[in-house]
Amino acid sequence: MENIDRTPPALEIEDLFVEFRGRNSTVYAVNGLNLKIEKGQTLGLVGETGAGKTTTGLAVLGLIASPPGVVTQGNIRLGGRDILKSLEGEERERLGTLWGKKKYRHVYGSRFCVSEGELQKMRGEKVSMIFQDPMTSLNPVITVEKQIAEVIEKHSKISHADAIGKARDMLETVGIPRNRGSEYPHQFSGGMKQRVVIAIALACSPDLLIADEPTTALDVTIQAQVLDMMKKLKEKNHTSMLMITHDLGIVAEICDCVSVIYAGRIVEHGTLEDVFDHTLHPYTKGLFDSLPDLENRDTRLKPIRGLMPDPSIRYEGCPFADRCDYASDICRKEPPREVHRTDEHVVACHLYNEDNIAEGGAL
Amino acid sequence: MSQTLMDVRHLKKYFKSGKGFVHAVDDVSFTIEEGRTLGVVGESGCGKSTLGRTVLRLEEATDGSVLFAGEDISRFSRQKMWEMRRSMQMIFQDPFSSLNPRMTVSEAIEDPLVLYKICPDRASRQKRIEELMETVGLAKRLYNTYPHELDGGRRQRIGIARALALNPKFIVCDEPVSALDVSIQAQILNLLQDLQKELNLTYMFITHDLSVVYHISDEIMVMYLGQVVEKAPSEVLFSNPVHPYTKALLSAIPVPSLHNRRQRVIMKGEITSPIDPPAECRFAKRCEFATDRCRSGEPRLTEVEPGHFVSCFEFGGDFGTA
Repeated sequence: MENIDRTPPALEIEDLFVEFRGRNSTVYAVNGLNLKIEKGQTLGLVGETGAGKTTTGLAVLGLIASPPGVVTQGNIRLGGRDILKSLEGEERERLGTLWGKKKYRHVYGSRFCVSEGELQKMRGEKVSMIFQDPMTSLNPVITVEKQIAEVIEKHSKISHADAIGKARDMLETVGIPRNRGSEYPHQFSGGMKQRVVIAIALACSPDLLIADEPTTALDVTIQAQVLDMMKKLKEKNHTSMLMITHDLGIVAEICDCVSVIYAGRIVEHGTLEDVFDHTLHPYTKGLFDSLPDLENRDTRLKPIRGLMPDPSIRYEGCPFADRCDYASDICRKEPPREVHRTDEHVVACHLYNEDNIAEGGAL
Repeated sequence: MSQTLMDVRHLKKYFKSGKGFVHAVDDVSFTIEEGRTLGVVGESGCGKSTLGRTVLRLEEATDGSVLFAGEDISRFSRQKMWEMRRSMQMIFQDPFSSLNPRMTVSEAIEDPLVLYKICPDRASRQKRIEELMETVGLAKRLYNTYPHELDGGRRQRIGIARALALNPKFIVCDEPVSALDVSIQAQILNLLQDLQKELNLTYMFITHDLSVVYHISDEIMVMYLGQVVEKAPSEVLFSNPVHPYTKALLSAIPVPSLHNRRQRVIMKGEITSPIDPPAECRFAKRCEFATDRCRSGEPRLTEVEPGHFVSCFEFGGDFGTA
């Protein structure tokens, strides 16, 4: 597998831990997450509310509000370049002991390898994010072309007039007539606002686009238009994409690979075919079974019983054990390790070991 | 054949706005038989929620009538309507904002019982509350908790318990699962189906989620800009959609499977303004099959096969001419 000539992946996250420390309790949002997106690929990050999807996206951009957010561990590499690195050995010990003392509240278990200035330069140019709600992510008192031009001016030395011209080109790319650039966000419909947000994100043609539920607030027909457009733009610019969503339908539509996230951990990862047709993890299976079947109306839905685990408690074993029909004693005691079915397809579940995984294991 | 419970005739609801009248619901007629579910789908702004509210007279209709079990409730006095509300209830969309944050679970469920003086004394009320909580699957220990302590699924269960408190016959469910995660959504959908069977409830199920509506409804009504464009039994609508809008809508569902994918029909443009719409087919601007006839008059709902109604000049046969 090791090949030096290979282009580095667009994004690599290793062993990421993020917590939010409140006065009375700590919420463990991301717990040892691993993720990799090859160049030009689209990865779907699927999970329910509170699974840590958005936090992961924000961590890549260095946008986790601190306090209360703390990245306690983890490495993040963007296009082969280190962004965030875990503190090791002596340094970790030294800074670790200072934890909780007032002066050192912001000391991380991980440290950014780039300065805040560089980080700002990267946002928009190397990596940008589309936020979930187009209604609130635009400034209501600035015209849309100015909002797009702002990003362009920030990252390249061109005149304001040129930037506005470029902004209008961007509007055209996302399917909005260029003369509407001088209008304000409230004059646009939801679908068009989301296109403006996409135009802002793509204005400096970033290598990696993080799309956080970009179509959740939209109607299905508009969603179809927006997804279609994103697909085309992605192919045109060879952009890699992290698609954060809770909708498996959207994943099937636009992604190459899927990672299923539960309680801040990836429980299953594979290509579309791996995950959709050779589902391994009971949680992934539960997600599929919860969806109404469009082929047969009479099948009763099989919801996953119970609720998401409390994120302020650290679990010794598998966080899904309490909701899992196949759980045994070991699931509650030991965290499951990752087992490979193929090079790409990985599952973290005690049901599987190297011997039974080829047959599809116990499910 | 069971009895018709709801009979809505030529219902209209216009809102006055600065620029003219918003035709939120424009001449909608339908019937629902007892114990059945009518699904109402459409994009945001098509008037589906207004339709639900107008049917229950939470909004006064501009024109038209609503017959509930044969009685014309649109002419009822306030007093009589208050009595009638016992048998017609609503489950609201957002379980996060539709509950009073200062009322405990039991107080929220008790409210309708007190208002309608159902149980005369405390003990019987408490018994009824516990009964209702059990029906909707809320544990007894939650009796004195506040909504903010609960997740969306449990909060929606409170909303359902409140709606059931007065033993209604008819419930309007306005997007009851759209704020919930899929695994929780499935739990609530199953609960609603079980309750329907057990209590012989009649639902009007309003949603924008097509796979949900297909799963739960016996009949589906597709709305576009205040009007019904197509109405058919669920299986028929999904296997044989006739109206171009229905076709586009169905093809836009993201299917969570890699096999038998639908061919996409991407619609151009977006929903037009519902303010004083011109007398033409309202979908004509986005329709790829639109002809001059579509722009010269409004099509009428026509039966193309038994139980299957379509409002379209091109595909609804020749009877559509207004």
